[in-house]
This record gives sequence, structure tokens and C-alpha cells, in this order.
Amino acid sequence: MKFAFYPGCSLESSAKEYKESTLLAAESLGLELEEIPDWICCGSTPAHMSDELLGIALPAYSLLLAKQMDTDGVLVTCASCYSRLKAANHAILNDGTMKKKVAEALGEEYDGGVPVRHMLELTSDAIAQPGFDEKITRKLSGLKVASYYGCLLVRPPEITGFDDPEDPQSLDRLVAALGAEPVDWRYKVECCGAALAFSQVDIVRKLSGEILQDAKDTEADVVIVACPLCHSNLDLRQRNIEKYLGIDLEVPVLYFTQLLGLAFGYSAAELGLGKHEINPVPVLRKRGINI
Amino acid sequence: MKSTSVADSTKTASTQFLERVEEQSGQKVRICYQCGKCSAGCPVGYAMDLLPNQVMRLVQLGLKDEVLSCATIWLCASCETCATRCPREIEIVKVMDVLRQKSRREGYPSPAREVPVFVSAFINNLKRFGRLYEAGLVGVYNLLSGHITKDMDKAPAMLLKRKIALMPPRVKGMGKVRKIMKNIEEMRQQ
Repeated sequence: MKFAFYPGCSLESSAKEYKESTLLAAESLGLELEEIPDWICCGSTPAHMSDELLGIALPAYSLLLAKQMDTDGVLVTCASCYSRLKAANHAILNDGTMKKKVAEALGEEYDGGVPVRHMLELTSDAIAQPGFDEKITRKLSGLKVASYYGCLLVRPPEITGFDDPEDPQSLDRLVAALGAEPVDWRYKVECCGAALAFSQVDIVRKLSGEILQDAKDTEADVVIVACPLCHSNLDLRQRNIEKYLGIDLEVPVLYFTQLLGLAFGYSAAELGLGKHEINPVPVLRKRGINI
Repeated sequence: MKSTSVADSTKTASTQFLERVEEQSGQKVRICYQCGKCSAGCPVGYAMDLLPNQVMRLVQLGLKDEVLSCATIWLCASCETCATRCPREIEIVKVMDVLRQKSRREGYPSPAREVPVFVSAFINNLKRFGRLYEAGLVGVYNLLSGHITKDMDKAPAMLLKRKIALMPPRVKGMGKVRKIMKNIEEMRQQ
């Protein structure tokens, strides 16, 4: 299958390792990705906060660019982009007035019909296919993994239509399929506070700190995420959270594509494991993973 | 400004406010029966001056000034937990969006002013570059919000790990993007 790749802004800077590991994992899964030329930002939370039409028209612009490509749909990796792209399709398909307004703003009509898939959805499809196990060349057994879904990947369900909004399982199933051990924990769908990451840092420290503390209490070795904004709060900010809350965390946070890449035999350097604030390599080695 | 119709003038200002919020958000705020489920699950509830269900109640009562000047509408993180759980299926984030927009456009002071400052800096960044220029956004936001050195402690490690793109993104078609954003502003003012 071939997809029009929408990396989103974070994958171009603070989440480069998510892009690198996504491209490697996609190749191993036999997914062909072609980046949408000149895609623009989806507008994320600030756009819908300031103007409903802006929050729909910005993603619609990139979806129109993708429509001109001969693919099976758009592939996204960020939960916020995923939510906004799907919200745009949903609004345009279900609200005739909004569809007209978007056409007026863009100077071009968009029908809301380009399918939008998250890399996790495609990965979930892939693990159910025969032959998946043969791709696994590195054993991850013994590694305890807390799967963090956050908000916008699974909420609101009528927009994302993907997994259970209260107790999603797709990442957990992936962890199990890779031979690692999914842990049962309480904070898998709690909010990290991404929308307030710059403007209300104390709130973010509290919310993200509680998520990390629960992962630690559950004795998870690592947390995996499917969103660059979640990663930025949980990893990049972790030292700052420790200082602010006066606690010791030291919880490595990996992108699920990095875990996938590890199982497929890629090196720590290829997967950008060295780019994290909390180095995951010691705990991976401690669990007997050969990297 | 829209002229007030005869029908409107017979309604109280409170009813008009409720009706406008419902119309603009597409949500039936009046069917909220105050079960409090939104507030029980709200991750930011602890920091709010009004809980989400109280915001809904104030909208029902048409208490415009109270609701448009509260911190809650800015502290809501749009995490969608409330909307997912609401037994009346009210998309509360859409209501919050309309309240934020009204609060800004009608010049209400915000007790959490960093949030609207950030939102404006974000949109201006987009207008200029088409994609988010993170380094530029942090710089502009820090200047405007008065937190000059915020997040600067993260910068050396991020630079070392090549996690900050120093140069702004380059997107072809920015003329068209800016035109679209201008169209949207004009359509809003109509």
C-alpha cells in the first residue's frame, strides 16, 4: 500500500527520531510513503480555539494536496494532526454549510473523502497479517511496557473511530506481538496537557508527572507513545518535572515506532534512541535486549 | 455588526447569549442536566475557577460576563474527556471554543492571559511560515508573555541532540496560504 505522508511540524524538529523510526518501520512493513509536497501545519489546538473555520480549512488544504497524489490515503503519526485531519473530513462530510465555507476560503472544493490513517492503525493491521512474526529479528521478551495513548488518538470516538476511548488496546497488542510484556496501568488515556505546553507549564508538569509516576509505580521499564507532543512532555520535560515535583522518575519514553524498529533489528543509532532526554539503552540492556 | 431583529429585541440579553453560543457551537447547551461527569473527569479541573459543568450552567443562565471572563475557558486543554463521557452528548470543547472566541473578540480580560497570547503567537507563526517554526514561536511567545527565559534550560540539550530546527521551514505556496487565512478573517467579520 502507498500513503501520502503528512509528518506534521514536530517531526521536522523536536521529534526527528519519530520520523526516522516511522520511515524505517514503514519500510519493514511494506508500506510505501511519499511525503505530501508543501503540506502546511494542521493548526492543532490553537486554530480551533481561535476560529472554527480556520481549524477545518488548514487541514483541508493539505488533504487537497494529498488528493492529487495517487495513494491509498494520508498517513499521520501525530495524535493532534490525526485528530485535526479527521475532524476536517468529518465536518466537511457532515456539515454542508461548513463544506461551502471551506470551499470559499480555499478557493477550491474539497469533498472530505481522503482517508486519514494513523501509523498505529496501519501497524495494528500489519500485526494481524500472516508473516509478521518472521520480521521480528530481535527478542524483546522481559521488557515491561506501559502503553500511553493520551487524548486525541482515541477521543472523541466519533471523530477518530479508532480503538476504545477509555481502555484502548492497540499499543498493548503491538507490545505483546513483539514479545514484550504489556503492563496494566491507570494513566493510559489521561491528558499530558500538550495544549498548555508553553502557556501553563505548572499544569503540564503535574499532569505529565502523574502519568510518569504511575508508569513507575507499575514497574514499567519504558513508556511508549504515538504522538510527538506527548513525547515532548513526558521525555524532554522529565528532568524539569522531577525537580518541580521533588520526585525521582527516570522513566524512558519511546515512540512505538522505535520499539517496532528494535524488534525489526534496527540499531539504536538508526532509531535515534540517543535523542531522548532519558536514555532508554541501560534498561533495554538490563532486560537482555541485544543493542 | 448585525442589526437586531424584532424577534431578538423581545428576548432578554441572557437568552440571546445562550442562543448565540448554541448556534455558533452547534451544541445544545440547554439539554445539560448538570450531572457533573465532565467535571469529575476533567484533568485540569483542580486548577479551574469554574468547573466545566458550572460553565455549562452559566451559559444556560446567560451569565455572559461571568463566563467570558473566567480562567476555565483558557485552561481547558481540549483533551475531549468530557465530550467523550457526556451522557447528553454535548461536545463541550466546541462550546469552550466559542466562549474563548467571544471572550477574545469582545475584549474580556483573561485571568490566564498566557494562553491567548500563545494562541495568537502560534497563528501568526503559521501565517508567516506555513508550518510551525518552533524556535521562532518560543522566542516570540516568551517576549510577549514576559517569560523571557522560559524553556531556555532545555535549549542546550536539544541543540546538542539536533532537536531544534534553527532555520525556519520553507513551504512553497505561502502566497496562497496567506490568502486563505485572510479570506477566513474576512469571512469572520462579515
